[in-house]
Amino acid sequence: MPEAKIKVENITKIFGKQPGQGVKLLNKGKSKQEILEDTGLTVGVNKASFEVFPGEIFVIMGLSGSGKSTLVRLLNRLIEPTDGKVFIDGEEVTKMKGDQLREVRRKKLSMVFQKFALFPHRTVVENAEYGLEIQGVDKNERRNKAITSLELVGLRGYENSYPGELSGGMQQRVGLARALANDPDILLMDEAFSALDPLIRKDMQDELLELQESMEKTIVFITHDLDEALRIGDRIALMKDGSIVQVGTPEEIMMNPANDYVERFVEDVDLSKVLTASHVMKRAETVRLDRGPRVALQLMKDEGISSVYIVDKKKQLLGAVHADDVGKAIENNRTLEEIMIRDLPTVTPETLLNDMYEKMAASSLPLPVVDESNRLKGIIVKGAVIGALAGNENELNIKEVKQ
Amino acid sequence: MRLFPKIPLADWVDNFVSVLTERLEGFFDGVSSIIGWFVESIVNILSLVPSLVLIGIFVIIAWWTSRWGVALFTALGLLLIHNLGYWPETIDTLALVLTSVIISIIVGVPFGIWASQNETVKNIITPVLDFMQTMPAFVYLIPAILFFGIGVVPGIIASVIFAMPPTIRLTNLGIRQVPKDLIEASNAFGATTSQKLYKVELPLAMPTIMAGINQSIMLALSMVVIASLVGAPGLGADVYRAVTQIKVGVGFEAGLAIVILAIMLDRISQNIGRSKAD
Ligand SMILES: Nc1ncnc2c1ncn2[C@@H]1O[C@H](COP(=O)(O)OP(=O)(O)O)[C@@H](O)[C@H]1O
Ligand SMILES: [Mg+2]
Repeated sequence: MPEAKIKVENITKIFGKQPGQGVKLLNKGKSKQEILEDTGLTVGVNKASFEVFPGEIFVIMGLSGSGKSTLVRLLNRLIEPTDGKVFIDGEEVTKMKGDQLREVRRKKLSMVFQKFALFPHRTVVENAEYGLEIQGVDKNERRNKAITSLELVGLRGYENSYPGELSGGMQQRVGLARALANDPDILLMDEAFSALDPLIRKDMQDELLELQESMEKTIVFITHDLDEALRIGDRIALMKDGSIVQVGTPEEIMMNPANDYVERFVEDVDLSKVLTASHVMKRAETVRLDRGPRVALQLMKDEGISSVYIVDKKKQLLGAVHADDVGKAIENNRTLEEIMIRDLPTVTPETLLNDMYEKMAASSLPLPVVDESNRLKGIIVKGAVIGALAGNENELNIKEVKQ
Repeated sequence: MRLFPKIPLADWVDNFVSVLTERLEGFFDGVSSIIGWFVESIVNILSLVPSLVLIGIFVIIAWWTSRWGVALFTALGLLLIHNLGYWPETIDTLALVLTSVIISIIVGVPFGIWASQNETVKNIITPVLDFMQTMPAFVYLIPAILFFGIGVVPGIIASVIFAMPPTIRLTNLGIRQVPKDLIEASNAFGATTSQKLYKVELPLAMPTIMAGINQSIMLALSMVVIASLVGAPGLGADVYRAVTQIKVGVGFEAGLAIVILAIMLDRISQNIGRSKAD
């Protein structure tokens, strides 16, 4: 297990006049609702603890008012915690004085906001260079970095526009470029895509994932939308009434909801947009091309199957053969190479179930799953897909996914 | 019929003022000579320029900051004043107003900023500003004379006291109205208080601050007649003389000149604020 990038211990925020009293009540096990009724204090975040690892997209999800925005602001102390600790790279942020805290905000953490929070009096490039300007980076250098960062989010040519002249999606790209220009280790994104309309939102999610491939930031991403959480999260923390009720990978959350609350959250989700080929694939029976038709036929007999996949020495997929064809080939003295079916439709381990229906329908054989160098990883059998979509956990390879 | 003897409030104030005058004589003399020098310089510079050239400059400023309508009004208005023979007085008045407004800005904007950053300061300043504006402007003339004698300086001091409140108020308001999420964004990137002020709060508050300055200009203009009571020269003095000598015609001419000046300054300063906002 790598060292945690962000470590949060029992972080608590109580809004109101005498927050200390609220902490005592929380310790006595009172609920958010009871504390509000008894004292008028609002529990924003209730003893949240979690760790975020380097390079991870950690999603914090929950309904409106569950404390997500408060929690993410406790990480960079835009909101002062009432209790608890936050560590970044092992340093305790909650103990830092003004200068130290500012340094952490300048160098390590950048934030992207729900309503963009762009400076309307500054041009796009002036917005993007704001963080560097604050750090006193000289004009040429910060301009260049800001422009690079704008190019990264696809805003080349808009440097001298004002934010007000751009569409919502483009404005949020500026917000992202502004956050990236500092080259921070950590991105805090508070419902960064929630204000965008669905199509643009999906584009932005894809682009974020694509960017993440090359930048490998540690991202804390807030959302109230489970689909979004499942799409982009490596791990998801579910919040309710200020508390974290479950932390886990998307599969864990979907398949083992910790309680009724999570279950209700999860029940409407379309599994076919969450599960991938790697979750449902089975082991493929293979024969090396040079072994010949007799070996292939014997294998099919032993395993009781009607077809087998042909691979080369490197386990790269070459094709497949049917038992009937192999029988004839043996009679006619022909090789596997001559009779095998080539150009099989394939999917990758990351392909969503939702995206493989067409290929499944078009093929009489189970769909082979291959990696980027065409090595056969497994096959997709229709029954397993249907079982998984019906919520049958036995059809899932959760352990294999986590390795 | 008195239950208590009269409280000697007037005596206390007299005493307070005379103590102040004695103790701070040097300070008041210093301030007085700086302000005096400043007004005089403005008058000298404006008088140095041939009057028609100066009118041309004002027209260009009006045209530059505002629409051509304002420029046309400025041209016709100033030419009329010139024609009526009130040009030197107009320059005196302009210098008086400009000086008052510049002092209002130099003192008022920092106070407004301070009040915007600090709740206690705001709570102290607000009633003081209410007091400054509701007190009849006339009353300021008395301490002004005591501390600064007779002439243009006490006139300016009284004008400043009367004209400064909107600048303070609207600077405070403008900064407080900057959207919270922008302040948050600025903090999130690690801005210091002064970086936040100069890079985010003041630029975004500028239109509101300019509206405050515009009001201050108008209030300073409204003080020119009162300032003339303590010996400040200019159009106000003409109006005052016309009133005391019941010369309706002269009073009308000088009054008209003040109105023309007022409209011109109002439009120009309003539009400076607006063009900055875009
Ligand atoms: N500044 C504040 N003062 C008082 N209560 C607040 C404040 N900010 C948030 N809250 C309360 O804290 C809870 C969590 O809010 P928030 O973190 O904004 O939730 P979310 O982002 O999940 O919608 C809510 O009950 C909200 O009313
Ligand atoms: Mg929120």
